[in-house]
Amino acid sequence: MQATAESEVIKLQEELKAEPLTPGQLIWLRFLRHKMAVFGVVMLFLLLLYSVGGAFVFTEAEANFTNTSIRLNPPSAEHPFGTDTVGRDILARTIYGGQISLLIGLFAVVVEVIVGVLIGALAGYYGGWIDSLLMRFTEAMFNIPQLFLLLVMAKFFGGKIPTLTVFGRSFSGSVIVIIMIIGLTSWMYLARIVRANFLSLKEREFVLAAHTTGTSHSAIIFQHILPNSIAPIIVSGTLSVANAIIAEAYISFLGLGVQPPTATWGNMLEGAYNYIETAPWLWIFPGSLIVLTVLSINFVGDGLRDALDPHAIVEVR
Amino acid sequence: MTRYIIRRILQAIPLLFIISLLLFVLMMNTGDPLATMGGRKPTRPEDRERLSRQLGLDKPLYIQYIYWLVGNDWAKIDMDGDGIAETPGSRKGVLRGDFGNSLVSRGKAVDDIIWERLPNTLILMIPAEIIVILISLLVGIYSALRQYSLVDHTVTALSFVGYSMPIFFIALVSMYIFGVNFKRWGLPYLPTVGMFDPKVGKTTEQIILHMVLPIFSMTVITAAGYSRFVRSQMLEVLSEDYIRTARAKGLPRRMVIMGHALKNASLPLVTIVGLDVPLLLAGAVVTESIFAWPGMGRLFIDHLSRSDTPVVMGILMMISVAVVFSQLITDIIYAWLDPRIRYT
Repeated sequence: MQATAESEVIKLQEELKAEPLTPGQLIWLRFLRHKMAVFGVVMLFLLLLYSVGGAFVFTEAEANFTNTSIRLNPPSAEHPFGTDTVGRDILARTIYGGQISLLIGLFAVVVEVIVGVLIGALAGYYGGWIDSLLMRFTEAMFNIPQLFLLLVMAKFFGGKIPTLTVFGRSFSGSVIVIIMIIGLTSWMYLARIVRANFLSLKEREFVLAAHTTGTSHSAIIFQHILPNSIAPIIVSGTLSVANAIIAEAYISFLGLGVQPPTATWGNMLEGAYNYIETAPWLWIFPGSLIVLTVLSINFVGDGLRDALDPHAIVEVR
Repeated sequence: MTRYIIRRILQAIPLLFIISLLLFVLMMNTGDPLATMGGRKPTRPEDRERLSRQLGLDKPLYIQYIYWLVGNDWAKIDMDGDGIAETPGSRKGVLRGDFGNSLVSRGKAVDDIIWERLPNTLILMIPAEIIVILISLLVGIYSALRQYSLVDHTVTALSFVGYSMPIFFIALVSMYIFGVNFKRWGLPYLPTVGMFDPKVGKTTEQIILHMVLPIFSMTVITAAGYSRFVRSQMLEVLSEDYIRTARAKGLPRRMVIMGHALKNASLPLVTIVGLDVPLLLAGAVVTESIFAWPGMGRLFIDHLSRSDTPVVMGILMMISVAVVFSQLITDIIYAWLDPRIRYT
């Protein structure tokens, strides 16, 4: 009896002697416990492999090559996903469309995070009239449903940006327009979170300490307070990638998005509903890829939310 | 409470001004409403000049905004192009309830155009919202009560899928299955587009039949998010002390769940539904486009693509006002339902 108790004590001592886990390791362990999030990461990796690796199999010229003699062909050995209304290969287009859709998702969130964090941080940190002004503006933007705002802005900026060439590939100016407008219509929620965080953090002692040592305002905002509110920004940013991909699909579906011949998963679906009966392969493949991507990102976001929550209980085995 | 309501309304006024200015500036630069006025031919330059003068489109932006806002019956317009403004304007402005006339369907008042479409949207959206709330309450409560059971896991997974799906995908899939394949298999199939079959006419039966697929699509997408929300709220409430107290008193399980847990868990749902109500007016832009439903969403898209500022502004301002007021009403209902909340 006593021997077992003693061995328990020794075990406990050994455990205490072991290096404590760093916060990063704890987050990683919690994330791994979230099975769906791990599935999401694996899926996202495969989707990335599909749309980036596929570029080595097909060239972009092939994806945009029209051949009206084979229009609306069903899936076959030569064209595994079939061909579209002007005879382009849908498999190749989903590969290149995936690149653009994922690109739009990521960069729209970069715009969103920059705007949202700046506005939220300034409003929360300075307070007073800056806060009221910025928050009234945020509220005004919040009150217009996002899809309506997106459509109006897509119309506003449409065709005003020329085609750009990056790394030997030309991007239709509409890609940049879509990235900007999605970013500029989705930052409001993030700005509110950041503001709330700043409001509570700026009263803390470490900020007071930074003030007394004469740290500049910008250093306090970006080096002292912002790193402490990074967790909600990461979670909200991750989920925003999913929303941005869906938003792109919606405006492209309505014909105001990225202009052909540049393919995106969204604009491949434009007009597909005219072919529900005759050519279901037109919308099944790009549509499923959108669902799969958005689902995986949502899983990852959910996993990150649990993993980054400092109140979550950690059981490490 | 009265003071709180008055203060909120006063706060809403500048907000609506900011929104209208923002949207007006965006709308004025979206394209050329005169381009399609010549019918099939491109508009002739002299017509273009005359039309933009008569419609006031040649004025600077701020003048156009002021005319839109307070009307132009105090100013004079140059109708015949001799450089002298002689005809008094006839617009009363939004502040006096006049949203102006459509630019593309000429002469038609914006209010009339909107009123024509609003009922179509509402008969689609109100049943959809009711079904969504009922289903998500049922599903959310059920899976919260059986947390980590097979049903709960299935429901959670399915709701993730529904939540991640763009509405047009579920719409296309459901049209493909229930419209196209059912027809092919000789089963009774559902109509996919429009509001009624022109051969049969606009009967109640036809409209209900055409409502099934749009409502189904909207329900799948929206109920997925709502039911996840209800589930997490229920789980949170079920672990509260007052639930344990109610159980300890020996209250029947049914009473504990329905009387104590559900009442408290459904409070936050009021907020979510309240925020969604104005969107019912707006209609589902995408859903209406796919199913060719003649509602507000389609109206918006059609007139936006032709840069018809008065109609688009009318729709957007109607939504914005609805958003502001439904937020206020939500707050009031919330305070009424939850005595812990007091506004001052």
